[in-house]
Amino acid sequence: MARAVSTRKKTFYTIAAWAVGLIIFFPILWIFLTSFKTEAEAISDPPSFLFFDWTTENYGVVQERSNYVRFLWNSVILSLGSTVIGLIVAVPAAWAMAFVPGKRTKDVLMWMLSTKMLPAVGVLYPIVLIARYFGIYDSYLLLITVLMLINLPIIVWMLYTYFKEIPVDILEAARMDGATLRDEIIHVLTPMAIPGIASTLLLNVILAWNEAFWTLNLTTVNAAPLTAFIASYSSPEGLFYAKLSAASTMAIAPILILGWFSQKQLVRGLTFGAVK
Amino acid sequence: MGSITLRKVSKSFGATQVIPPLDLEINDGEFVVFVGPSGCGKSTLLRLIAGLEDVSSGMIEIDGADATLTPPAKRGLAMVFQSYALYPHMSVRRNIAFPLKMAGVDAKVAEEKVTAAASVLNLTDYLERKPGQLSGGQRQRVAIGRAIVREPKAFLFDEPLSNLDAALRVNMRLEISELHQDLATTMIYVTHDQVEAMTMADKIVVLRAGYIEQVGSPLELYNNPANRFVAGFIGSPKMNFIEGESAARHKAHAIGIRPEHCALSAEKVAGAWEGTVEVAEHLGSDTFFHIETADKGVLTVRAIGEFGLRHGDKCWITPDESRIHRFDEDGKTIG
Repeated sequence: MARAVSTRKKTFYTIAAWAVGLIIFFPILWIFLTSFKTEAEAISDPPSFLFFDWTTENYGVVQERSNYVRFLWNSVILSLGSTVIGLIVAVPAAWAMAFVPGKRTKDVLMWMLSTKMLPAVGVLYPIVLIARYFGIYDSYLLLITVLMLINLPIIVWMLYTYFKEIPVDILEAARMDGATLRDEIIHVLTPMAIPGIASTLLLNVILAWNEAFWTLNLTTVNAAPLTAFIASYSSPEGLFYAKLSAASTMAIAPILILGWFSQKQLVRGLTFGAVK
Repeated sequence: MGSITLRKVSKSFGATQVIPPLDLEINDGEFVVFVGPSGCGKSTLLRLIAGLEDVSSGMIEIDGADATLTPPAKRGLAMVFQSYALYPHMSVRRNIAFPLKMAGVDAKVAEEKVTAAASVLNLTDYLERKPGQLSGGQRQRVAIGRAIVREPKAFLFDEPLSNLDAALRVNMRLEISELHQDLATTMIYVTHDQVEAMTMADKIVVLRAGYIEQVGSPLELYNNPANRFVAGFIGSPKMNFIEGESAARHKAHAIGIRPEHCALSAEKVAGAWEGTVEVAEHLGSDTFFHIETADKGVLTVRAIGEFGLRHGDKCWITPDESRIHRFDEDGKTIG
């Protein structure tokens, strides 16, 4: 029987949920509003919320001063490249762990996850040295590899969880029907796991898009994505809040739009297996 | 061709031995049923033949060739699973065509085979549907269709009817038997239902705890069970077992008599076993009586048609002496 919830309770929870949502969203809203202010208004005290002279000059200045499109393009290449390569590596790995687990499979999964607990800065210096040694510092190759590797545990874990939900019978039926391992993964497993793979792809594109530690430390010009674009407004010209906000808005807009359109897929993927 | 021979085949999971070394011969064109209680290893044995599990020791020969290490795809066998195991993202047409696609069969030839299989299985109107839009019986037919188109050396069925309701089960049982007659291909069928085993099999393999208790035709098993386990497992309702004085009189540790081999009388009969009716089950065609006796426990007796006895009535049971089975202390049949 469904539990009866009184209207008062419902109203309370609705208001509370909106309040929490707005608090979380507020910094982004503030950045968005600040990007339309003049520099003077951006630092005025008390701050003005909506009633100020709206201006788009910050966007013009930002676009003029730095090539937004090039950073955007780099972000697209790095996030998509690292995620797609990550998936190519992770699908067979997750298949093996889900369907032919060994005695130590659980340990391997935990070990993979444990690498996420290591502070990234701990391996920064070795990676910089390796990159310099091979002459790949500030290149797509380096960034895609590093981003792929840091997100790989999450990709494998997510896929592993989705694959566990697929009945083994169906894969065995494919084997009986004459499918090789490759056929089994391409024709049966992958199409059945599409919702899971799609949400893994989306989440990891978002993670790679927003990744700042490695992209800031391993790039200068050539491979610098939007995170570097924002950062270039923060350090030497720290006082220009309005321009920084405009740069930030431009940097987060694409991923925000992607997230907005794919939210259904994302939620479905993230709760896959949680609701029976 | 489709003869399968198991030689000293065993299977262990870790330290647990599920199938002790066993030998079995399955001839071309035979309908063989593996039957036994749950956990007796019948499904494992089928999966060993399919190649879905590796044998721990021993050899599996298919058509005389060693197939022990051959992957499932290369054994030329087709399997129908209990859960149907259809590909949910493919239409019925693509499901049935999948094994042909994997075998690299020309699309036109494949299409003809799919159409033919669909018409045999009454699936022609459902070819464009997804498995999710089909009933249990239709899904099972698709699974069978997928197996037929491959023209395998042998069909393996793993409890294919246990997810269906009773009426449908009887229908599908007939359909599978007809299919066997039409195709004359070897079929190995796993079930825990002895009625399915009796009605469908040419040869029944009764398994208990991984051991083969007896191999034989349904009537051989019914008439000459090798031991008490087989005697109790084959036949419905179960055989009555009596120990003690009555058994000793037959120079046995225990005797068995089937419910249908007892005559029932409402009047006193000299030398008959006396009892009181506990429960009467009226099936119309038969009546099953569960009768409490003083020294032989509860006995089941089958009477043809209606029989006017009720709960609490006194009655007398006369067993058919020629149909009494005798067992020694180990449960083995005394010849």
